[in-house]
Amino acid sequence: MVEETISLQYKIDGGDFKKAGYASSQIKKRLQKLNIHPKVIKKIVIALYEAEINVVAYAYDAVIRIEIGNETVKVKIKDNGPGIQDINQAMEKGYSTASSKIREMGFGAGMGLSNMKKNSDKFDIKSKINEGTEINIINYRINIKNENN
Amino acid sequence: MEVKEVVSILNAKVICGKQYLDKSVDFGFASDLMSDVLTLDADNILLITGLSNLQTIRTLEMSDICVVILARDKKASKGMIELAIESDLLIIETEKSMFKTAGLLFEAGLKSVY
Ligand SMILES: Nc1ncnc2c1ncn2[C@@H]1O[C@H](COP(=O)(O)OP(=O)(O)OP(=O)(O)O)[C@@H](O)[C@H]1O
Ligand SMILES: [Mg+2]
Repeated sequence: MVEETISLQYKIDGGDFKKAGYASSQIKKRLQKLNIHPKVIKKIVIALYEAEINVVAYAYDAVIRIEIGNETVKVKIKDNGPGIQDINQAMEKGYSTASSKIREMGFGAGMGLSNMKKNSDKFDIKSKINEGTEINIINYRINIKNENN
Repeated sequence: MEVKEVVSILNAKVICGKQYLDKSVDFGFASDLMSDVLTLDADNILLITGLSNLQTIRTLEMSDICVVILARDKKASKGMIELAIESDLLIIETEKSMFKTAGLLFEAGLKSVY
């Protein structure tokens, strides 16, 4: 079978908490139209939303790229921002540098990155100080009919 | 437990999503921390929270949670209601505290996630 890929791209701005989640919401609606299993969609959009909140909280802006193939859904979130000094530390549950403003919004528990990893079949994060952070996620599509999850 | 039973137990006010009162929920989770809500794996969860902002509704949307109770007289804003309607979500308001809301629903058989 020929691999058909659908590509989507969204831009997100840092700092604007009102708009956080808009891109994830648009992407969720697109995925729902493509016969992708709801459990897979949930994993993808939870990770995306966590990433979007992190961009709003910590970075300047970002681009999200989605590639939907027959077998996988690939997500790339690349931001311009301060970068992460120590990725292992940032991945630890409970580690957070969130401001009081972010905490008042209901975030800043230091759970986001580990939750993104939990919701990904493959998860990769790299970061450069004073440049930005790039996260790559791959999730496998599962068959709607012979569900084995 | 059907959502309409939840509403009657709490004597609460349904702000939007009245057409979904027949939906049923199995689990309750009470938190003001959306970071925590996003880590839940169970299905058919009802959220009890004191956090009333747009991200409360976005969190429900991404987590496939279809009903939220805003406790202790927290009010849903116009923007929250618009988002909730767009995603077919129910918003319920009660003047009861999170503790009392959770206690009453637990007593009535709603299960806890952990
Ligand atoms: N895109 C990013 N750019 C710069 N720093 C980041 C970025 N994402 C995460 N961080 C850093 O890593 C820490 C941990 O992030 P993580 O998402 O796990 O938790 P959090 O955002 O603090 O809280 P939560 O996600 O639970 O609401 C953040 O507090 C921040 O210091
Ligand atoms: Mg985070």
